[in-house]
Amino acid sequence: MSDTPTEEPTAAEPTDAAPAAEAPAEDAAPPAEPDPLREGVLERLAAELGDGLLESHLSPGDDLWVRVALSSWREAAAVAKHDLGCTYFDFLSAIDWLPSPFGRDMDSQEDLVTAGADPTATGSTDPAGIEWGVAGGTSRFQLLARVESPTEGYGITFKADLDDAAPTADTWIPVYAGADWHEREAFEMYGISFVGHPNLRKLYLPGDFEGHPLRKDFPLLARRVKPWPGIVDVEPMPGEDAAAEDAPAEDAS
Amino acid sequence: MVTAITDRQQLAYIAGQAADARVNVEIETEGMTLNMGPQHPATHGTLRIVAKLDGEQVIEAAPIMGYMHRGYEKLTEVRSYPQVTTLINRIDWLGSFANEVPFILAAEKLMEVEAPPRAQWIRTVLFELSRISNVMLFLGDMGVQLGALTPVFFAFRDREHVLNQIESVTGGRFHPNFDRIGGLKDDLPKGWIEDTKAVMEKVRTFCDEMEDLIMGNEIFEARTRGIGVIPADVALSYGMSGANLRASGVDWDLRRDRPVGLAWDEVDWKVWTHPDGDSFARYWVRLQETREASRIVDQLLDGIPAGPIMAKVPRIIKVPAGEAYVATENPLGQMGYYVVSKGDLVPFRVKIRSASFNNISIVPWVMKGVYVPDVITILASLYFILGDIDR
Repeated sequence: MSDTPTEEPTAAEPTDAAPAAEAPAEDAAPPAEPDPLREGVLERLAAELGDGLLESHLSPGDDLWVRVALSSWREAAAVAKHDLGCTYFDFLSAIDWLPSPFGRDMDSQEDLVTAGADPTATGSTDPAGIEWGVAGGTSRFQLLARVESPTEGYGITFKADLDDAAPTADTWIPVYAGADWHEREAFEMYGISFVGHPNLRKLYLPGDFEGHPLRKDFPLLARRVKPWPGIVDVEPMPGEDAAAEDAPAEDAS
Repeated sequence: MVTAITDRQQLAYIAGQAADARVNVEIETEGMTLNMGPQHPATHGTLRIVAKLDGEQVIEAAPIMGYMHRGYEKLTEVRSYPQVTTLINRIDWLGSFANEVPFILAAEKLMEVEAPPRAQWIRTVLFELSRISNVMLFLGDMGVQLGALTPVFFAFRDREHVLNQIESVTGGRFHPNFDRIGGLKDDLPKGWIEDTKAVMEKVRTFCDEMEDLIMGNEIFEARTRGIGVIPADVALSYGMSGANLRASGVDWDLRRDRPVGLAWDEVDWKVWTHPDGDSFARYWVRLQETREASRIVDQLLDGIPAGPIMAKVPRIIKVPAGEAYVATENPLGQMGYYVVSKGDLVPFRVKIRSASFNNISIVPWVMKGVYVPDVITILASLYFILGDIDR
C-alpha cells in the first residue's frame, strides 16, 4: 500500500475528467515519499464516492486536496465524518478564480493612466484566463471546505466546482452543524446559495447591501479613488542597489 | 426581571417543596424578546444577542454580528505579503503576535523558506507571551461577568508586565507587526531573558491568586458548574477549538500535534483537558494553560539557540503559485490561513479561519433553555474577541 509507484494510479484513477492536467504536478514532487495514512484516506474516498471524486492532490506528510462533483458534495462530507473520522469541522468558504483586475494590476494601471496610456489595455476580466490551483477546476466559483481528524491528525480540503451563473450547492449542516455560519458567509460574500439551509441570511453586512464583496469583480472603491500609498514598500528604496538586496540582516544574531 | 439572579439550588429546593406539598407551581408566562447589546458589558467588542425568553428561560438566542466587519479577506488581495501582517494582527487584538505567525508560516511554506532556529524559538516565546497576556484578561474578566470586581484589577495589573516584555522586543504593545517572512524583524534586547523570567514568576503568582479568589469561591462554583455544557461531539461538529474544545474533553492541541515551524516540540509541557464541558471546565482549562504557558516560556528562554534571526529572502517578496493552509493553536483557539497564491506580490485569496467565529457559532445551540444570568456566564466562558469573529 505504501509502495511509491502505486500511489500515482490510485490518485489518478478516478480523474477521468482531466487526467493530463494534474499528472505533471504530481510527478514534479521529486522524492515522492510514501504517505500511507493519506493514501489510505484517498483510496477509501475513491471507493465511497466513485465517479464523484474528480481529482485529487496529495502532498506527502502534509496535506490532501480532493475535488468532488457538485452532486457528491454532501456525500463527501458524510463520508469524511462517518467513515474517515474527520469529526472536526474546520471551515467552509469559496474561491473566485477570475483574474483580479483590482490587485497589484490596479496600481499599475493607475501608473499607466498617469503616463497617458490606455487603461483598458491590461487587467482583463476574461474568464478564459483562469488558472486553477491544486486539484484543478472547471468553473469560476469553487467551494472550499476543510475538515480534520483530531485523533489521526490529518485534514482533507474539499473543493467543488459551481455553476457560474447561479452558484448553488447542498448544505453541509446535517453533517457538520458548524457549517451554518460559514455557508451564510459564503452566501453574502460570493452569492452562493445553499439548498436546505434553514436560515440563509446575511451574516455581517446590512440587509440592503448590494453585491457580493469577495467576488473578484466587486470594485474596491477606495482603491480606485486613490492608489494605495503603501505600494512604495515593494519598490526598491532610493539609493539602494542590487548588492543590498542579497544580504538582508545577515549579521544579526 | 433581567437583573434577578436565579439561585438554582434555591429553585430546586422550592420546586421540591412544592412537589411535596402537591402545589402547582406552574406560572403563566408570556414570550418576550430581550435585546442584549450591541454594546453589552459581557462582550469583548460589539456583539448583539437577541434572546427570546419564556419567563427567565431563554428559548432562542440569535447572535448578530458585523458591527466590526473590516473586510480583511478582501483587503489582503490588495496588500503585498509583508503588508498583510499589519492588518491581520488586529483580528484578535489581545493576542496580536500570535495572529501574525500562521500567515507568515503559510507564506514561508509556499516559498519553501524556513526561519532560522533562533527566530523559531523567539517566535514561540512571543507567541506564548501573547497567549498569556490574552488569557490573563479572561481569567480576571470572567470574575467581573459573575459579579467579582477584584480579579480584573489583578489581571490588568499583572498583564501590564507581560505587555511590557512584548513591547520591549517589538516596540508595539498591541500590534507588534514583528514577524517577517523568513524570520523576525529584530533580535532580543539585552537583559530581556532575565526580565521575562521574573515576569513569568509574577504570572504564576497571578494564577495562584485566581485559583484562591475564584476557583474556590462557592458563588463561582454555583454559577458555572453544569452551565452551558457542550459535549465533545457537538463541539467538534461546530469546529470549536482551543481551550473551549479541550474543556469538552477532546485532547487536541496543535502546539503538540502539529508544531510546524515553531519550537513547542523542543520543550516539556502538558496539554490540559477537562471532561465536564461546562463553564467551570473552560475556566479551569484556561487557568492551567496559562500556568503551563509560563513554564513553556521559561524552558524556551533557557534554550534559545544562537545564530541569525532572518533567513535569506528576496527584498521584494513574490510567493510562488500554490495553495497552503497553516493553522496554529492561538490564545482563542485554532487560527488558520488558507493562502492561494498565483505568483504575485499580493495573495490571490486568503481565507482567514479565525477561532472565535466557530466557537461562537455554537451560541444558538448552547443557549437553548438556559436562564438569563447564565447567558452572561456562558458568553464569558466561551471567551471571544469580536474582531476574531467579524474580521
